[in-house]
Amino acid sequence: MSEKKAKLTAKIIIEKYMSVVALILALILGGIIIFVCGYNPFEAYASIFEGAFIGKTAICQTLIQATPLIFAGLAYVVAKRVNLINLGIEGQLYMGALGASLVALMPVSLPTPVLIVSALISAMLFGGLYAGLVGAMKVKFGSNEVIATMMLNTIAQNFISYMVNYPLKEEGKTLAQTRLFDETAWLPKLVNGTQLTIGILAAAAVCIGVKLIFDRTRLGYESRCVGLSIPASETAGIKIGKVMIIAMLISGAISGLLGGTHVLGSDHRLIADFSSGYGFDGIAVAALAGDSPIAVILSGIIFGALRAGCMVLNRTTGIPTEFIDVIQACIILLVAAPLLVKDILRIGKRRGGRKA
Amino acid sequence: MYAVEMKNITKQYPLVLALDHVDFALKKGEIHSLLGENGAGKSTLMKVLYGICRPDEGTIIVNGKQVDLKKPKQAIDLGIGMVHQHFMLTPVMSVTENIVVGCEPVRGVIFDKASAQRQVQEMIDRYGFQIQADQKVKELSVGEQQKVEILKAIYRNAKILILDEPTAVLTPQEVEELFRILRELKKAGTSITIITHKLKETLEVADTVSVLRDGRMIQSDISTKGVTTEELAQMMVGREVELGICRKTQSVGKVRLNVKEITLREKEKTVLDKISFQLKEGEILGIAGIEGNGQTELIECLTGIRKADVSLIEKDGEKLEGAPGDFISRKVGHIPEDRMTRGLVLELSVRDNLILGYQKLFQKNGVMNRRRIREFTENLLKEYGIKAPNISVKCSSLSGGNQQKIVIARVFSEDPDVLIVAQPTRGVDIGAIEYIHERLLKLRDEGKAILLISADLDEVKNLSDRLMVMYDGRIVAEGLPEQFDDMHLGLLMTGAAGREGLQYE
Repeated sequence: MSEKKAKLTAKIIIEKYMSVVALILALILGGIIIFVCGYNPFEAYASIFEGAFIGKTAICQTLIQATPLIFAGLAYVVAKRVNLINLGIEGQLYMGALGASLVALMPVSLPTPVLIVSALISAMLFGGLYAGLVGAMKVKFGSNEVIATMMLNTIAQNFISYMVNYPLKEEGKTLAQTRLFDETAWLPKLVNGTQLTIGILAAAAVCIGVKLIFDRTRLGYESRCVGLSIPASETAGIKIGKVMIIAMLISGAISGLLGGTHVLGSDHRLIADFSSGYGFDGIAVAALAGDSPIAVILSGIIFGALRAGCMVLNRTTGIPTEFIDVIQACIILLVAAPLLVKDILRIGKRRGGRKA
Repeated sequence: MYAVEMKNITKQYPLVLALDHVDFALKKGEIHSLLGENGAGKSTLMKVLYGICRPDEGTIIVNGKQVDLKKPKQAIDLGIGMVHQHFMLTPVMSVTENIVVGCEPVRGVIFDKASAQRQVQEMIDRYGFQIQADQKVKELSVGEQQKVEILKAIYRNAKILILDEPTAVLTPQEVEELFRILRELKKAGTSITIITHKLKETLEVADTVSVLRDGRMIQSDISTKGVTTEELAQMMVGREVELGICRKTQSVGKVRLNVKEITLREKEKTVLDKISFQLKEGEILGIAGIEGNGQTELIECLTGIRKADVSLIEKDGEKLEGAPGDFISRKVGHIPEDRMTRGLVLELSVRDNLILGYQKLFQKNGVMNRRRIREFTENLLKEYGIKAPNISVKCSSLSGGNQQKIVIARVFSEDPDVLIVAQPTRGVDIGAIEYIHERLLKLRDEGKAILLISADLDEVKNLSDRLMVMYDGRIVAEGLPEQFDDMHLGLLMTGAAGREGLQYE
């Protein structure tokens, strides 16, 4: 009986820490792929670890990489809470970047805090309304949010491209970008001598804020109900459409913050096609975080570390940086396929059993 | 001589011991009722026999030979057939196709449809069923679909037949018909196990009874001769229970809910046809009827979930309309017919479910008052005897009875004036049924107006002070419950008692 109990607890622990298990398996799988490609996986991981965590620069690099990933992951988690799939984070972050840039480019001189706060609010508004539009379309016309958000991505990206090519283009230059923002509109640095800004703090704060909304407010309660059971929510008198639209607004606002902190914090200007697909990386971050807003911080940092590490990896061993995409894909596959992970573990156990 | 012997069967699910060293034996050519509450382990035991789940311990002997069942295919090859509670049929396919699927007669490599059709029609005729081999399954009634399931098992040469809650969805007439078929099969030498929690039916059709409780075999191989329903109920529940509480109202007061001519058309079909009634305080008005005759739509119209084409609902003389939230704040309580989809958010905690629908009352400026919620829900847990380890566990981990108690506790505790109660004891154990019935009667005695919609005839007859019968979207009869006998009700419910129906009083 006690043996059975032990087995049972083991099962529960595995289920609870599925993400961790999946991450470890993904890293092992990644190692095998590196090995097959003819490199030494231990050396590779050692080098990634060094590049991500050893020394001030490495840690800062990890956090710089983590910032947009945390925002993107959180945006995805918020929409997922009401069971909507927001594949439009990419488009919303472009709109958010535009919103922030318009404020930053204003020909008035404001003190830094006022300027930055209003630029970020504008970013949230742009991103939020862009996503809220999808929410409203879903509620009013029953359109599929997955398709609608995807389509709007292209529109947003091309719209920004147009803006920086024509109305907002830096005068007398050929590049598709705006002029450099005044330094008053730059996000303050967190650590001098690095690119790390207060963006990472904003990201963490928003995660905690969302966690509080989820746990403590009526909106959080109702969105959880809507996400888990529409008929039960309807019966309970919850205004499902309203809850869905609000969730999309918040999700879009967070995506907008991603774009806003990016232009104010690292590029200091709006450039066409600046995003490297952060919106879609958010799905991996959210998946690893098990859709929990606090875990998103950790998950974002893990992915950030892999990215930071991979840059060093490329310099020292010649393993291409695309390797990060391989690991990311492995994680998504394994997190999305919990049954597969269980099976992998079971095979291991069965082997052990037979030997004994 | 045994068809099946199961010895020492143990099955551990995460957190529950579903079967605890259970012995079970089925004699050749008998009808054996496997009796027990929901969650007692009846279905699990039969799933073990059918190869759907593997036991952790124990041996299974079929026709004298020990077997190791890994999948249903093996059980089928051994001549074991199972009719599931939820039918495994493809509605758009014909009766024949549904029956032969998986062991189709072939000519070469081509499906020999003609010969399949012939074989199936032969079987249908042999048992005197009123169905056609080439009919589409979606055109059949529930009772007829069940016959298709039984034929499917017989077609696969089942000599051992397992039926999981076969009477749950049938009318009294259809139950009679089913029992006739079962007796015929028995005569032909088939050994039959029926899983049920209905005592009357057990005594009517079975030769032998075995009672399971909490995964343990309480008593097996009881002859149905010389055992009473009370004795069986006591074995099932483990204590004395009062079956069929019946206490009529003492005083009926003023009209609380006045419903006029609810009419609803959907896809060119009249779903609700001018339904009018008055619900008074201090009474339970019952609506009997087979499911799918408009009850669901009526409930939805009466709770704001659906908007009828024509409808006037007055509560205390004032018009009642709007969204479900408006109905809830006008003190119209709703116990939904399907707690799994409408009643509860199963993946949420007991605490969150106990305030569902009333979350507005536990917040200030959008912030939930967590301490009040905790105190409130912990009290409800105690008051209603809801068996949950704590208020943080998910509702999905509770038994049906405890889930239903959660729905009832949260609605009753908010003191509604009018209650729309649908299928309050479906899939609920006897102990909880007794409790829920007691509570309903107590509320009625306190002067609440209660509308009770139930497919369980005994329940609706015992509890109601007034009874209406619904068929095809209309109220076809109304009267006092004692004026209807079961057979007569059965006829009314199937529309066989004439279009204009009957009026008593």
